[in-house]
Amino acid sequence: MNLTLRVWRQAGPTAPGRFETYEAKGVSEDSSFLEMLDTVNEGLIGAGHEPIEFMHDCREGICGTCALMINGQAHGPAERTTTCQLHMRTFSDGDEIIVEPWRAAGFPIVKDLVVDRSAFDRIIESGGYVSVATGSAQDANLIPIAKDSADIAMDAAACIGCGACVAACPNGAGQLFTAAKLMHLNSLPQGQPERYERTVAMVEVMEEHFGSCTNYGECEAACPKGISVDFIAAMNRDYRKALSRNRRSA
Amino acid sequence: MATTSAPARPARSGFLLDLYRSALGKKYLMAVSGIVGLGYVFAHMLGNLKLYQSAEDFNAYAAFLRRLLYPILPESGTLNLLRLVLIAALVVHVVSAYQLTVMNRRARPERYKGPRDYVVADFAARTMRWTGVIVLLFIGYHLADLTLGWVNPAPSGSTPYEKVIASFSSLPIAAFYLVANTALGLHLYHGVWSLFQSMGWNNRRFNHLRRSFATGFTLVVVGGNLSFPIAVQLGIIS
Ligand code: HEM
Ligand code: SF4
Ligand code: FES
Repeated sequence: MNLTLRVWRQAGPTAPGRFETYEAKGVSEDSSFLEMLDTVNEGLIGAGHEPIEFMHDCREGICGTCALMINGQAHGPAERTTTCQLHMRTFSDGDEIIVEPWRAAGFPIVKDLVVDRSAFDRIIESGGYVSVATGSAQDANLIPIAKDSADIAMDAAACIGCGACVAACPNGAGQLFTAAKLMHLNSLPQGQPERYERTVAMVEVMEEHFGSCTNYGECEAACPKGISVDFIAAMNRDYRKALSRNRRSA
Repeated sequence: MATTSAPARPARSGFLLDLYRSALGKKYLMAVSGIVGLGYVFAHMLGNLKLYQSAEDFNAYAAFLRRLLYPILPESGTLNLLRLVLIAALVVHVVSAYQLTVMNRRARPERYKGPRDYVVADFAARTMRWTGVIVLLFIGYHLADLTLGWVNPAPSGSTPYEKVIASFSSLPIAAFYLVANTALGLHLYHGVWSLFQSMGWNNRRFNHLRRSFATGFTLVVVGGNLSFPIAVQLGIIS
């Protein structure tokens, strides 16, 4: 299939950007979106041009590195699919495809389609840990965990930190990511000792970088892992509890 | 034995102020003030149904509001207290909405350059800031019209019933009430659903009911409100 790409090119964080048009010819329907870009880049390199910078790593939908706004949708038109798992058969011959980086104040552009997502790392650092007794490894089943809690924690832990939720949110809000990371630990017995401190810390760092939630639900629709906005409600509840407890009654 | 255990975090400045400091907390306060507003619009609509009974019933209801809890509180005392609560809630709601909107603009300074559409956010959700402003302007007008009487077409000294009829008999005023209440309806359609998320009222067993509740609540309140100007225009009440 033959496609016309309109790709955002930007030399550096403060450089002005613009769309460049590229023709991608003879693209295999079975190739992934990133493989398609690789081929375009080989052509660019062969012709002595700068290749398009984009983010990628595992290419199997588990690391959260790839991140492209494709035709106005985070990770493109396929549901619950990362950019690297998006196959070209989703498109038709002759399509024009617009490719942009994530756009949010919390994700400054580094170059072309590459953005800096270290704001997510700051959120994780502030509370994404549990206290453990160091020493030799514990017996695996020493702490009983209710099946319900384990399931909820697993659902939350599915977040790969790609940032599509922020990219899709008209408010540039980081709620879905933060809530997933938070409720992953807050649902487990191991996460209880720091539960409320963690909640306040992670929410505070989130608000330094990102916007505020208006319950549009765009994040959930964009999330390649189907993280539910239920976690956002749970985060709101834990945050309110965190502020109202641990106060001296006297 | 006296035990002094240090609080996990230093106690700051009180629950409400702490909440107000963060965006999540502002959203919570918006939801709480929204709930105060919901109670109000619901009761207001129910009370006004007395328009369909008779002028005497309606005027008696208006007088009854002034004598709520009388003589424990002076005449109009309870009503004024309720008004204070409503004004406070409205101020909290609008100021938070404004501050959060500013925050959100900053968080997404650059728009996407390519065409982009919402995937799931509905019209009501996307227009909350507009419908909110329309409702605010309407509240101002409505108070000047029927509470204070400043812009009411009826001669001063008219009964509440006469004022309502005078106002709604004018086609432009009736049309404005219809527009404003439609805006209120859109605001409630998203707001009543949204507040469950903001309050953290989330339970997988009941979540599917939240949408139906928001829709039902909106239809009842706005349906009632819309019916009054329509009934006057059609001559059903006069
Ligand atoms: C009768 C008066 C009003 C009622 C009953 C009402 C009710 C509500 C409710 C229940 C919410 C959802 C709260 C949440 O999820 O946290 C809400 C949100 C909101 N309201 Fe109001 N409101 C009223 C007036 C206003 C006014 C006058 C404005 C602004 C000028 C306004 C602006 C907003 C905004 C911007 C939101 C946030 C929308 C969002 O986050 O999705 N509202 N309102
Ligand atoms: S919540 Fe979903 S969209 Fe957001 S970072 Fe995690 S996986 Fe990506
Ligand atoms: S490259 Fe790892 S998820 Fe796409």
